[in-house]
Amino acid sequence: MKKAGIILILFFLASTLIAQTEDKKARKLPSVDIKTANGKPFNTLDISNDGNPIILSFWAIWCKPCINELSAIADVYEDWQDETGVKLVAVSIDDVRSSSKVMPFVNGNDWDYEVFLDPNGDFKRAMNVNMIPHTFLVDGNGNIVWSHTSFSEGSELQLIEKVRKLAKGEDISDH
Amino acid sequence: MKTSPFRSLLLIIFLLPSTSFAQNFLSGGQVHGNFQFDGAYYATDSKLGITDSTLDGKIFRMNGFGNLIYTNGKFEAGLRFEAYLPPLAGFDQQYDGVGIPYFYIKYKWDNLELTAGNFYEQFGNGIIMRSYEEWQLGYDNSIRGFRAKFQPLDGITLIGLIGTQRYYWEPYKDANRGIVKGFDAEFFLNEMFKGMKDSKTIIILGGSFVSNYEKVKTKNITRDTTIYQYKLPNNVAAYAGRMNIIHGNFNFAAEYAYKINNPSAMNNYIYKNGEVLFTTLSYSRKGLGITLSGKRIDNMSYKSKSSELGNMLDINYLPPLTKQHTYSLATLYPYATQPNGEMGIQGQVMYTIPKKSKLGGKYGTKIELNYSNIYSIDKQPVAPEIPVDSTGTKGYKSDFFKLGGDKYFEDFDIVLTKKINKKWKVILSYIYQVYNIDVIEGHAGEPKVYANTGIADITYKITPTKSLRLEYQQLFTRQDRGNWVMGLLEFNIAPKWFFTVMDEYNYGNPDKDKQIHYYNANFAYVKGPTRISLGYGKQRKGLLCVGGVCRPVPASNGFTITISSQF
Repeated sequence: MKKAGIILILFFLASTLIAQTEDKKARKLPSVDIKTANGKPFNTLDISNDGNPIILSFWAIWCKPCINELSAIADVYEDWQDETGVKLVAVSIDDVRSSSKVMPFVNGNDWDYEVFLDPNGDFKRAMNVNMIPHTFLVDGNGNIVWSHTSFSEGSELQLIEKVRKLAKGEDISDH
Repeated sequence: MKTSPFRSLLLIIFLLPSTSFAQNFLSGGQVHGNFQFDGAYYATDSKLGITDSTLDGKIFRMNGFGNLIYTNGKFEAGLRFEAYLPPLAGFDQQYDGVGIPYFYIKYKWDNLELTAGNFYEQFGNGIIMRSYEEWQLGYDNSIRGFRAKFQPLDGITLIGLIGTQRYYWEPYKDANRGIVKGFDAEFFLNEMFKGMKDSKTIIILGGSFVSNYEKVKTKNITRDTTIYQYKLPNNVAAYAGRMNIIHGNFNFAAEYAYKINNPSAMNNYIYKNGEVLFTTLSYSRKGLGITLSGKRIDNMSYKSKSSELGNMLDINYLPPLTKQHTYSLATLYPYATQPNGEMGIQGQVMYTIPKKSKLGGKYGTKIELNYSNIYSIDKQPVAPEIPVDSTGTKGYKSDFFKLGGDKYFEDFDIVLTKKINKKWKVILSYIYQVYNIDVIEGHAGEPKVYANTGIADITYKITPTKSLRLEYQQLFTRQDRGNWVMGLLEFNIAPKWFFTVMDEYNYGNPDKDKQIHYYNANFAYVKGPTRISLGYGKQRKGLLCVGGVCRPVPASNGFTITISSQF
């Protein structure tokens, strides 16, 4: 059992190393069935912003740093939108304990974000999110080009820098 | 070495791309993944009751996982490697080991998706079917088997599944647990009927059916020195119906589920049907959000093994109707759903006093109110001489609309959030809780805990990217371990550096020897999706709860390290 697993992983890695050196493509958004904040079915491939950049933020009502991040961005969101055309898509991973409270919470906070529910963590798993907040930048073609975990006051400044570069079509990968 | 058919299939699929003739298949493929390593070094601490014998020589422990997902167009395959060498203190020690408990292949056509291997699924609110994982809790009830998702027409989604649930590392064999089957149908009326497309009212209806087959014919139970042989049902079925109606700013959702009699270790082997009702009504507009929820649970523990106690092998999920607190002292008394019966309500209001108004100030002021109240359900004897909940009987009769006499939990809290200016931000909280420690933690005969907690959380921005955060928390109670005070200071340099020191002090403990300082120092470094954190300190004994499932955490003392990333 264990041997099979290790062999499997090795081949897996080897095959993809070849794959990625030959054809280095940015990662596309995966196709996952989630729900809109109202509970309507929605597929993640339909996340779009007319060719402009998208901030994809994984959060939950019970996550303090997530709320700090979304609040900090809310204060400057209009300016960001005017300048770069960016849209923030907030994916709540609240399960049914609190998923019905997400939209009242977002509205109550006076946030202008597009909000989705991922109550069983399907999108979170497909995006390999370990802990929240986890924020991705998606370019106009649906490619995931950058990501960051954790939040402290001022992290939003780095985020908007990346968005500005992305809006101008510059390379923002930092590896 | 025995290789399961799944494993062989997976091997072939992963091996194929690495061979040269499969270049086409390979060219579009991508691999992504994530991993986490949680390690701890434990030291003895006589005051916390940690000695060489309780540590048993296992002073270094770790939990870790690695996830890989391979996608190529409509095809996807994935696996998760896990290692517990040995499991961290507080995790079930049956996790001890290394292996691949989760792997799958998936193919998606336009309206059909097939999965073979492990998967997670939730029907409706999950009250008769939810499989999920929660790494922090060591919780995983993934199903290994087959799943099909089919959308025959616009607005209709059908899901069918069959499989067995994960039980630590124990493979499924010789009917050592049940086989779970499930079917769910969801109808989004506005997409199904042209006439409703532009309707202001949105309606979604759903129904599900789940059945568990377990090979248990009889069970011997000793009652008053007589041995009784119980006949247990081989198949336990449950069904549920739900609706969601959205109109303008209102959203109403309800789900009702029913389960046939399911005598189990969880309900003391009573032959009673189970049911649950879960409803939510919410209203929200810019600046205001209101949610009201109600719930009634009656004998609804549903596991794929009737003799199982504890957290594993749950088929369904019963969310607690209480706020999930985040400040540490507010989590001292967390509620856990009582699957054998509870009735509760919850109300939440979130309001922003507008910017530039007298009370709102330049940035607006946020007010959050929350109230929860949870009681036992009414239980009357099935016959005059048979006590309530007697094993082998129908258990009890219950009036659906009547509360039981025992309060399980109450929580009232108010949170004010105010950004004063560009430099200062203040969050003030007050929390009142009543906690039935007898029922929730099983401390028989202990009185209910009445706790009042005040919290101040202040953030000061030194520069645009450097900030200080101070938390001061105080909890007052005359019961359990008495009063607590907590202080925390955090210094952050965005977006990469985090430094935290904190101390929780149980100064009110009636036992003078247990008036302990639980101090901690933490450091974290973040670069993109990678986070490394180091900690040193003492952890108090408590209950760690995430999303409604709780795990008792023992007191500990030592170093911790967490490394997590994705690629």
